[in-house]
Amino acid sequence: MTPLREACEVLGRRRVGAYHALTLVAPRIAAAARPGQFVELLAGEERSFLLRRPFSIHRAALGAIEVVFDVVGPGTRALSRLRPHDPVDALGPLGRPFAPPPAPTRCLLVGGGYGTAALFFLAEELLARRCRVDFAVGAATAGRLFDAMGAKRLGHTLTVTTDDGSAGRRGLVTDPLPALLERSQVGQVFACGPMPMLAAVSRVAGQHGVPCQVAVEELMACGTGICFTCVVPVADPRRPDGAARMARSCLEGPVFDGAAIAWGELVAP
Amino acid sequence: MTVDLTVDLCGVRLRSPVLAASGCFGFGRELAGWLDLDRVGAVVTKSVSLEPRRGRPTPRMAETPSGMLNAIGLQNPGVEAFCATDLPFLAGAGATVVASLVGRSAGEFGRLAARLAGEDAVHLLELNLSCPNVEHRGEVFATDPAAAAEVVRVVKAAAGQPVLAKLTADVTDLVAVARAVVDAGADGLTLINTLLGMAVDVRRRRPKLAAVTGGLSGPAIRPVAVRCVWQAATALPGVPIVGTGGVATAEDAAELLLVGATAVAVGTASFVNPEAVVEVAAGLERYLAAQGVGSAAELAALFKAER
Repeated sequence: MTPLREACEVLGRRRVGAYHALTLVAPRIAAAARPGQFVELLAGEERSFLLRRPFSIHRAALGAIEVVFDVVGPGTRALSRLRPHDPVDALGPLGRPFAPPPAPTRCLLVGGGYGTAALFFLAEELLARRCRVDFAVGAATAGRLFDAMGAKRLGHTLTVTTDDGSAGRRGLVTDPLPALLERSQVGQVFACGPMPMLAAVSRVAGQHGVPCQVAVEELMACGTGICFTCVVPVADPRRPDGAARMARSCLEGPVFDGAAIAWGELVAP
Repeated sequence: MTVDLTVDLCGVRLRSPVLAASGCFGFGRELAGWLDLDRVGAVVTKSVSLEPRRGRPTPRMAETPSGMLNAIGLQNPGVEAFCATDLPFLAGAGATVVASLVGRSAGEFGRLAARLAGEDAVHLLELNLSCPNVEHRGEVFATDPAAAAEVVRVVKAAAGQPVLAKLTADVTDLVAVARAVVDAGADGLTLINTLLGMAVDVRRRRPKLAAVTGGLSGPAIRPVAVRCVWQAATALPGVPIVGTGGVATAEDAAELLLVGATAVAVGTASFVNPEAVVEVAAGLERYLAAQGVGSAAELAALFKAER
């Protein structure tokens, strides 16, 4: 289905730990949105920066959508200053959503930093499909976890890791994965977070023979498929030399089969 | 008043002087759900090479004040896939098509032109002589009048459509290059390509782009485009020019038309607004009506060079 351009209004903005959650009145996008999809937002008339900013949809309900972001530059700074009733121009819902399992399945949702936000929308859909949902979330510090309490409410279990041990166990979010995969007969892994984390989660899931869908985050100029900025290397079975092709994550993703991405080709951050 | 937006570009009648610039509109199919391709003056395709190209690694983009740097590296599916899938789609959508070509030698450009000579869906060719995102500066033919002219000569001998030469402002004497390609048979010029730029992540002490350097586009480069169109139009009267570089509004388009462009191409603005090309055209119609000018083609003659 063709995405929309919608003139939205800010319903509210709140702080969630280190992050901002921005809620927009966007009835048309909200009605069409699926977990894993994203929106491209633009706010303010006078800007020295041009481009929209892409965000995964954290929630879509009752005519509104919510996105979660960290202030990392002028674009997110401008969005962090929005107030109720301010206008925001949105394109969406964009990209390919997560594919829920066809039958009730135990699902492990792995989130890093604010990447966890996109998994809440997915968890709601999986629960409605009578899947069991377990969460494994990680971040650098306790303050950079996204809404661990919310994950606890949605999930059957919650496993928390932080790099510095300030919440949950010390280490990477991938450290507890082998035990979680072995213990709870997980049939499907979903992950959203930084690329090195997605690479590690895909590898561990692959070692355990569990399918893994990842929502990638690449720099993106347009979100509509025309700029060729947001590419990720994916295996191309048509090529005899096994070379990966560069797939646009805005059109073919942001959700990919973790086993299809040629992680070794990605430049280390 | 009614305004006539149609223009003649190298013998091809366009329904609007506002084109979609190469590299900023994919192959047309991507934005077909956002706007009607038959309302676009012409779709200038992403540059097509003889063989498929994978392009550069990521990061491929860095935003800069009022602009952006890109180092895509000419990713494209190759001319055969372009003819098999993209051209039929564009023809079916009623698009006027300018095929942008890129090669590593004059011979490659010539073979591309020969391959497309019999394709009725292609109305014009644009030679990308000036993409900065190539392995060797020697592939930026438009930095050398003789090299650029040689490509044009080889293409003209094989081409079935009128030929636009897309040049770069990254030269000491743009007019010398423009004159060389026109003397070699180019039917028109496209001015300008992105400007070679670079940005540094000072925290990580590294270039922001994987390719280190990239092409600067967006409103930041518009004054350079206006200057180049003005210089070329003044030096080479009668040579059709497609002006491009930072056009985001009808006023931006009017600026380039006033200094002598026959048509304009909207590039980076389409990244922000997928409907930018048709919105600029609609705004241009309102601007012309407000100015009491009956047609887009009359605008250049109304420009007063003296302040």
